[in-house]
Amino acid sequence: MPSIDDELSPLQLNRFQHLRHFLTIEGLSRKHLTDILDTADTFIEVGSRSIKKVPLLRGKTVANLFFEASTRTRTTFELAAKRLSADVLNINITTSATSKGESLSDMLRNLEAMAVDMFVVRHAQSGAPHFIAKSVTPRVSVINAGDGRHAHPTQAMLDMLTIRQHKHKFEGLKVAIVGDILHSRVARSQIQALNLLGAEEVRVIAPDTLLPPYIDQFGVKVFSSMKEGMRDVDVVIMLRLQKERMEGALLPSEQEFFRLYGLSQDKLALAKPDAIVMHPGPINRGVEIESAVADGPQSVILNQVTNGIAVRMAVMSMAMSGQIAELTADEEVA
Amino acid sequence: MSGRILIKGGRIIDPSQSLDTHSDLYIADGEVVAIGAAPGDFNADMVIDAAGSWVTPGLVDLCAYLREPGYEHKASIASESLAAVKGGFTTLCCPPATSPVNDTAAVTNLIYDQALTAGKAKILPIGALTKGLAGEQLSEMHALREAGCVGVSNLRYPFRDNQVMKRCLEYACSQDITVFVCPEDHALAKDGCVHEGATSGLLGLSGIPSIAETMAVAQWLILAEETEARIHLGQLSCAKSVELIADAKRRGLKVTCDVALANLIYTDAVIKDFNPAFHVRPPLRREEDRKALLNGVNDGVIDAICSHHQPHESAAKLAPFAETRSGMSVIETVLPQILALTTSGELRLDAAMRALTSGPAQVLELSMGSLQVGSAADVALIDPTEKWLVTESDLVSKGKNCPWLDTELVGLAYKTIVEGRVVYDRSMMME
Repeated sequence: MPSIDDELSPLQLNRFQHLRHFLTIEGLSRKHLTDILDTADTFIEVGSRSIKKVPLLRGKTVANLFFEASTRTRTTFELAAKRLSADVLNINITTSATSKGESLSDMLRNLEAMAVDMFVVRHAQSGAPHFIAKSVTPRVSVINAGDGRHAHPTQAMLDMLTIRQHKHKFEGLKVAIVGDILHSRVARSQIQALNLLGAEEVRVIAPDTLLPPYIDQFGVKVFSSMKEGMRDVDVVIMLRLQKERMEGALLPSEQEFFRLYGLSQDKLALAKPDAIVMHPGPINRGVEIESAVADGPQSVILNQVTNGIAVRMAVMSMAMSGQIAELTADEEVA
Repeated sequence: MSGRILIKGGRIIDPSQSLDTHSDLYIADGEVVAIGAAPGDFNADMVIDAAGSWVTPGLVDLCAYLREPGYEHKASIASESLAAVKGGFTTLCCPPATSPVNDTAAVTNLIYDQALTAGKAKILPIGALTKGLAGEQLSEMHALREAGCVGVSNLRYPFRDNQVMKRCLEYACSQDITVFVCPEDHALAKDGCVHEGATSGLLGLSGIPSIAETMAVAQWLILAEETEARIHLGQLSCAKSVELIADAKRRGLKVTCDVALANLIYTDAVIKDFNPAFHVRPPLRREEDRKALLNGVNDGVIDAICSHHQPHESAAKLAPFAETRSGMSVIETVLPQILALTTSGELRLDAAMRALTSGPAQVLELSMGSLQVGSAADVALIDPTEKWLVTESDLVSKGKNCPWLDTELVGLAYKTIVEGRVVYDRSMMME
C-alpha cells in the first residue's frame, strides 16, 4: 500500500514541539498536558485579584469565531483573553459575511488582514479548526472551542484540572463517562486526556445507540449498565444529552433514559464514597442528573466553570508564545 | 484520416487474447491489422520505436465525470478527454449527473458533439435511469439508447420506493440496456462522509456503514434475479459486496461490477488529519475491504477498475471535511498507481490490465479494449519506468483535486492512439 505519513499531524506544535495551535488532545504528550495544567494553576489566583489582569497578551487581538451558538464557552474564552490583556473581537457568524456568501477562507483572509493574532473557533463541523489552522498564516494561532463531534480540548483540560485539584493525581483513578458519548466532542477529548495522563481505567456507560463505532478501540471499558459501570469509580462525568435526541431511534424516552442512565443518589452510592461528580453543562436536571446530586456535596460542577477560565488563559498564552517562538526562529534563519 | 503505423519491438500486453509478448503491432485504417509479421502490402507512414515500452489496448473507464454540460467551472469534455488520453485512456463513460441531467437524447447528442469537437478519447454517455435522477419516473431509455447511451443509472440518488426500482429494472431489461447501479442505502448512508469505523468515531465525522452498501448490493441482486435485468454494480468498497457478487455470478445472474482506484489504494486511516483530498464516495474503508477488492480484481470477480474521476474547482475542497465535495481528480494518475500495486505484488499485472481494458469493454458489450486483429486501433504506449512529479501545472484536467500532487509516480502513457490516430504525444506536450 503506498505510504502516507503515519505520524500524527504536527500541525499544533511548533518546531520546538511547543504548543502552536490547540486543536485536539490527540498527538500531544503527557508533558504537554501537564504543562497546560501547571500553567493553569498559576492563573487561578488571577480571578481573585482586585484587578483581574496579567499582561501576557497585551497588544494582541483575539477573535472569537463562533459558528455555533454557545454562551458559556464563548464567555469564558472572552474573559480569559481579557484577563490576559488581549483585545477581543466577538464575531457573530450568523450575521457575518459568510452568511452573505463570503466563503470561510475569504473571511479568514480578511481577519488576517486586520492583523488578528488568534482565532478561537467553535464550529458545528468536525475538523473545522484543523482546516482553519492549515489555512492561516504563521502569524495566527487557532484554538479549538469545540468542533462537531470531534474535540473540545479546553473543556477536557479544565475537567482534568478539576480532577487533579480533587484527586491530586491520575494514576489509580477509575473514571466513568456517562450518557451521550456518540455526539460528545467533550467525551472524546476527555478519554484521550485521561489515558495520556495515566488514569487506571476509563469507562464509558451508555446504550449502544449512544456509542461511537469501535469505541472499544479508544482505550475505554464499555458498559451498558450503570450498576456495573459505576462500581468503585473515583470520578463520574455526566454528559449533556440534547433532548431532541430522546426522540426517534436513539432513545425511547426521557423517563427511560433517566431510569437507566441518569445519576441519582442511589447510583452514585455505587461509586467510591469520595467520588466527585462532574458535568460540562448546561445540565438537564432530571434527565441526566437529579438536582440533589448536581447540587450535592460530591458535585464539583461549579469548580469546572471557574477552572475553565484558568485553563483557557493557559492555552492561549502558551499558543501565543509558541507562535512568537516560531516567528522569531524564522526571522533568525532569514 | 488515420494512416499506417508500425509500433516496433514493444512488450504487447493484451489480456483479451492472453497475450504478453515482445512483438510488432501494425495499424492501418484505424484498425489493428497484424501482430508479429507485417501484412504483405504494409508500408508504414509512421514507425514508433517501442523498445522498452509496453503496448496495451487503450484503457477503458466506466466512470469519469466530465462535468459538461452545466458544470464547466469544474471541467469540460475537452479538458477531461485530453486528461484521459494523457492517462492512457481511450474510452470513457460519463455519468448522467450533468445540468441538465442526461435524461434526453438532446443532452446525449450534445455530449457526443462536444466529444467529437474535442477529438481525443471516445466518450460514451450513461443516461439517467429516472427523469431528472429524481427516482420517481422512468426515463426514456429507448430514446437514450438510440442516441448512444451505453447504459442508464440513477447514481447515488434515492428512489421513491422499491416498486420504482423494480419497474426500472423491468423496463431496462425490456429495452436491453444495462443498469449501472451505485449501491447505497440512502437512509443508512444519510449524512455520512467517511466509513463508519474507528476513524469516524475518533474524528467525530458522520459515518457511512458498510451495510449501507452491502444491503443495497443484496437488494439489487435480488431485484436483478427477479427481473432478469442486466446490472453493473459500480464502485464497490466492501469485502462483503465482493462476496455477494461472486455468489451471484456463480448462480448465473447477469451481473458485473467495478471498483474505483482510490478504494484499492487507501483505507479510512488516511483521513486522520481531516484532509479533504480523501473525501470520496463510496468512502475509503478498512484494510480488510481493500484487500478483498484487490483479490476481487485478481480473481476476476471484479470486472473493471474505474477512475471515478471527479474534477472539482479549488473552492470545492476549501472547507471543513464534511462540507467539501467528494471526489478526486485522478484520471491522469490511474496507470502509475495501478503499476505501483502490481510492483508491490498486490495486483497481478494481467488481472490489472484486464480490469482496465477488456474487462470494462465486456461490461459495455462493445468490441474494444483489445488488440486483436480487426479491433479498433485504440492503443496506449506505456513507459513503465519513467518517473514523473505530479504538479498542478502538469495536470491537464481542470480539476486539481488530485491526492498525489507533489508526489513522484512511476510509469506513464507517453503516446495514446485512438482508432489509429495519435491523440496524445507526451514529447509534444513537453515542448
